[in-house]
Amino acid sequence: MERHERWVLLSSAGLMSVFFALLLYSALGWGASVPTCVTDVRPFSQGRIEKIDGRRVAAYMVARMWFFDPSEIRVAPGTEINLYLSALDVTHGLYIEGTNVNLMAVPGTVNLARFRLDREGEYRILCHEYCGLGHQNMAGKIVVTRAASEG
Amino acid sequence: MKEEQGAAVDSTHRVAALSLVVAGTTLLVLGIYHGLVQVLYRAGWIRSMSFLGLDYYQGLTLHGVVNAIVYTTFFEVAFGYVLVVYFLRAKLNRTVTAVAVGAMLVGTVIAAVPILTGHASVLYTFYPPLKASPWFYVGAALLVVGSWVPFFQWISAYVRWRREHPGQKSPLAVVGILATFTIWLIATIPLAVEVLLLLIPWSFGWVSSINVVLARTLFWFFGHPLVYFWLLPSYVMYYVMLPKLVGGKLFSDAAARLAFFLFVVFSAPVGLHHQYADPGVSAGYKWLHGLFTFFVALPSFITAFTVAASLEFGARKAGGQGWFRWWARLPYRDPDRYLFAYGFCGLVLFLFGGITGIVNASVTMNNVVHNTSWVPGHFHTTLGGPVFLSFLGLSLWMVGELTGREVRLPRANVWVPYLWLLGVALFSVGLSVAGILGEPRRTNLAITYSNPESPLYQASWEFWTRLGAVGGILMTLAMGVYFAVFFATLFSPARKRREIDIPVAEPLHDEDVPWLRNFAPWVAAAIVLLIVAYVPPLYEVLTGGTVPAVPYEPHSPAPLAQSP
Repeated sequence: MERHERWVLLSSAGLMSVFFALLLYSALGWGASVPTCVTDVRPFSQGRIEKIDGRRVAAYMVARMWFFDPSEIRVAPGTEINLYLSALDVTHGLYIEGTNVNLMAVPGTVNLARFRLDREGEYRILCHEYCGLGHQNMAGKIVVTRAASEG
Repeated sequence: MKEEQGAAVDSTHRVAALSLVVAGTTLLVLGIYHGLVQVLYRAGWIRSMSFLGLDYYQGLTLHGVVNAIVYTTFFEVAFGYVLVVYFLRAKLNRTVTAVAVGAMLVGTVIAAVPILTGHASVLYTFYPPLKASPWFYVGAALLVVGSWVPFFQWISAYVRWRREHPGQKSPLAVVGILATFTIWLIATIPLAVEVLLLLIPWSFGWVSSINVVLARTLFWFFGHPLVYFWLLPSYVMYYVMLPKLVGGKLFSDAAARLAFFLFVVFSAPVGLHHQYADPGVSAGYKWLHGLFTFFVALPSFITAFTVAASLEFGARKAGGQGWFRWWARLPYRDPDRYLFAYGFCGLVLFLFGGITGIVNASVTMNNVVHNTSWVPGHFHTTLGGPVFLSFLGLSLWMVGELTGREVRLPRANVWVPYLWLLGVALFSVGLSVAGILGEPRRTNLAITYSNPESPLYQASWEFWTRLGAVGGILMTLAMGVYFAVFFATLFSPARKRREIDIPVAEPLHDEDVPWLRNFAPWVAAAIVLLIVAYVPPLYEVLTGGTVPAVPYEPHSPAPLAQSP
């Protein structure tokens, strides 16, 4: 190989290594993650919200043509939300506005994201995978409010 | 390397290649129209579910299938025939070619009917359990299987050439196109498994349910090497033709060969980076595919350097000086060297396409952009950048060579890529920024998110969707000019001999590297990596307890079969 070419190859390999190291840091240092294989929860067809304890809830959400069930989740600020996501009919997506919660909802299986929302307010949920004719209407929301801690 | 003479093409191969190029470009009119309509919907300038008799998602399906699958595959098979006939002086079996090209054309017609009649609005990814008419899958399968045949013809021509030219280096363009189709073969085997074994029996109703995670995994096993199948013919143009067009030489022959072989190795074991947000696949496998995706960036870095160095060599020979001033000495607006303009604009877009691609591949960062409009913002600077522009330029060039015509409207033609470049720049900025703000891709924004009367209205996206629409309009204008040039050329009287003459750059640094002479070790390495990357996740997907899913049509939440 021509020597400049060798230099380009090595320096670009170096650059990509730095990028990859930073990604590992985002995962190990900040706890950023991607969904993994969930085996302890079977696919479900009814949505529900369960309080685990004072600081944690488990939300079992079903994505279906063309709404989320439940369509609204109310939590107190800082609550750890364990969002289990299944799809009843076709493939859907779930994205919570202003956050990095971004999941696919695939029929026959369960997805999981674990996160907290510290600021009070409404966070809109939208479906970001084409799921048929009503796809653009499919939305939900998470309401973060201190009032939720009293219930 | 000796100067090649023009090569005559026998009538069968001339007709075959021309049919593919003309059919692909004609269908492209439809594909481009649906690109335009989509940006108008997204900006809220068309506010409905359908326009002129075609539904938004039907149009989106057409846009994806025509532009990304049909146009590209047609072009590449035609280009491959031209390269193999020219460089290897191969006499290919005419009947086999006619059958293969016929199968591709017939398959396309079979798939087009359900799309146009609204029975296959499932987008180009056709994720089950959304179900299309079975004929959509049958047609697609015929197109793909038809495109395998030429590859085997070329392999046998290549083997014969090697036997007859012992000790000679294979022509770089042939190495490039064989690498392209090696990747295509690797990619389309899992696709064939998905379509033939899963989707066709299920869509005909012979089996009631399907493993959706398996189907998605097989689709993306195909879907990412697919992008290198699109990209590598552009690289053939960049390495072989562009340096010659600027009066220079290819900076390093060995680097070019290494780039092609690295793509063979790393293009496929990366598909899970499309499934970072998916359930049913362990995070560890996703990280492994993320790592391999970073490797596949390397041959593109090499290419960026080699092509720039080759252009610099040519520009300096033409009197260019200084660190940067030599850039002014390139033939940007020369109508006779329009391929340079097409290639150059593609390279500019690819700088951004490459960087945004690395963002997408960056495992945890992908959470920010997955399935947002950032993604089409990205791939319109890759697929809509170097790939599409080089295919446009080379299609026009092939028509000229194969029919003996001079390009008509040459001055308008040379501006097409610049107008396209400007359009894509605005379009991609609009989509990318809105994507970071959360705007979803593949969504008819018109009646909700772009509609101030809807409770879902998103004011913060409005400026960006409109910027995207302005870009889309400019892209369409560029294509209007291109279609005028293309069809004016096609229907003009023949002026020159019908033979192919390819501008071939000689290498500046021409080392003979023994380990860059054979495909075998690279293909073997590719297979090993594929086993490492795909056997564990496929095993997990097959045994992971995914409940099989029954089919649905896009317009109704009522299932088409009973759960087993």
